[in-house]
Amino acid sequence: MWAMIVKEFRQLRRDRRTLAMLIVLPVLLLVIFGYAARFDVARIPTIVVGPGAAQVAGHLQAPFQVVGIDPDAGRSLVESHLRDGTAVIGVVTGGGLVLVLMDGTQLFSVETAQAALAHMTQAAKASGSSAPSLSVQILFNPHLKTSWIMIPGLTGLILLFIGTLITSLGIVRERQAGTIEQLAVMPFRPWDVIFGKIVPYLLLASLDLMVIVAVGMLLFGVPFAGNVAVFALGALLFLLVTLGMGVLISTVSQNQGQSIQLAIMFVVPQILLSGLIFPISSMALGVRWIAYVLPLSYFIDISRGVMLKNMPIAALWQWLVILTGMAVVVLGLAVLRFRRDLAPSTRRGRVPAVLADSAAP
Amino acid sequence: MRWGLENASVKFGSRLALDRVSLAAEPSTIRVVVGGDGAGKSTLVRALVGLVRLCQGDALRPPKRQIGYVPASAGLYVDLTVKENLAFSGSAYGVVGSQLAERSAELLERIGLNDATERLGGQLSGGMQRKLAVAMALLHRPSLLVLDEPTTGVDPLSRAELWRLISATAAAGTAVVATTTYVEEAHRASKVTLLEQGRSIATGSPRDIVSAVPGALGVVRSKAQPGGLSWRWGTAWRIWAPSGELPEGAEPLQAGFEDAVIIAALVDQEKV
Repeated sequence: MWAMIVKEFRQLRRDRRTLAMLIVLPVLLLVIFGYAARFDVARIPTIVVGPGAAQVAGHLQAPFQVVGIDPDAGRSLVESHLRDGTAVIGVVTGGGLVLVLMDGTQLFSVETAQAALAHMTQAAKASGSSAPSLSVQILFNPHLKTSWIMIPGLTGLILLFIGTLITSLGIVRERQAGTIEQLAVMPFRPWDVIFGKIVPYLLLASLDLMVIVAVGMLLFGVPFAGNVAVFALGALLFLLVTLGMGVLISTVSQNQGQSIQLAIMFVVPQILLSGLIFPISSMALGVRWIAYVLPLSYFIDISRGVMLKNMPIAALWQWLVILTGMAVVVLGLAVLRFRRDLAPSTRRGRVPAVLADSAAP
Repeated sequence: MRWGLENASVKFGSRLALDRVSLAAEPSTIRVVVGGDGAGKSTLVRALVGLVRLCQGDALRPPKRQIGYVPASAGLYVDLTVKENLAFSGSAYGVVGSQLAERSAELLERIGLNDATERLGGQLSGGMQRKLAVAMALLHRPSLLVLDEPTTGVDPLSRAELWRLISATAAAGTAVVATTTYVEEAHRASKVTLLEQGRSIATGSPRDIVSAVPGALGVVRSKAQPGGLSWRWGTAWRIWAPSGELPEGAEPLQAGFEDAVIIAALVDQEKV
């Protein structure tokens, strides 16, 4: 048995990726579950409008964080802020009634706000002061259904899964079998091979996306409130990022085991830190930046925003620009690396291809 | 047209994998590159088809459309059927439609796979896989066919069939370069290159290589190994005297091709 144990440790020492996983994964999980995995919401961005705005705003305490006061505006301004995501709670004063609008896509914030409001009302009653009567309306997800939040997020997860894991496996299979060498010798341009490899997965992922959205709408009653074209644009950009990651993983993996290992390291943090499960606003500031470098965070905002809140492209352009930037960088890098595998003889140095062309009969 | 390498060197990091090797691939000629494991055979053919960059020398190769290449690994898709493999290769080279059907049928007949067109590549035996891989590389009638160890791990019968296919291809005008670890396969070649540690240690027709053997070769029938440069041959020993003077008790012997290969390696060692 001793011989087996020694051999196993020797092999592990040389298997850098497994070793990295053994070290990185516990640290990652510690960070995630220690700092990021929180359902409690400390701050709820709130906007107050109407004639009594200043007075009401003065009464609001944590967790409400007043981000805007406008005595001249009405309900429509609140709705547009809630739609654009700049506020989660909107208070409309005037007419003797205080109307509280909540963004139902922010499940945990709404629950925290409801509890806080109940607490405030109770405290006011206890102290005998006259509390204005409140009317609460939840927008975008009136019944606070979890499935309405999860399904738009799930679309991102599917794209991530196909784009990253399935694509990298597809390319590595070619490398492992040695057929990639044959492709490099065949009269394909490197672009033909790269896009010939990527396009089927792009189509499959698109098909999967449509199925998920359709099933979500038919089976779970998830609305599709927004513009399909905006959603499709966001999905395409996000898919290009994930496909790029898949190709990148494949260029540094010699076999399918290695590519699965790497894909796990790419996918798991995105599932846990993108806001799919735990709200980004609840994460400790020190780790919140991680969420902002993960492409899934942006796509989840886009898919929830478009599907549930009818967010217009004008409110999403920054997210789309960020995803475009990520797609250009990741896919560009992936294509360059992949190209190097496919056309080594055209790299710098002596270029026999020139000779070959001149020698062609 | 004559293809090949001229004074070609390839470096992997600081290791010289190919050291100023020249090799000509002429039409209607089979050039067999013989060498042990790690001699640089794969690097040589990969340099020839443009898969590795030369750090010195030149490679002359036809445009990709006229090259047929089978790597040392499978060279086919195990999850595609025989027919699908041929169709993929065909469409890559622009052989489609009736042209593909005719050419496929002809090649399948020749490699004895015409009853297995619907079988998956992975379900074929090792020998059949190699034959299919060569057929895929031949589909577009290349002017240069490059095969990396086409017969390694293949049973003797399939090896003979593969060589018949390769010979017929050369007879039809194609320049063929094939590598092998089996010395006896060099007999199939019109030209042989012996490769040792990335260097070409002998080149020419098998007859040229045999007639170029320096010194004298002898046979010693004894149980114990005789001194000098000697090696086991059946129940006896071969002994080679670089000076041409055989020791006492050794019967002079006309060198065969396999002797010539061993002696070339010994000469190379002496030089190093």
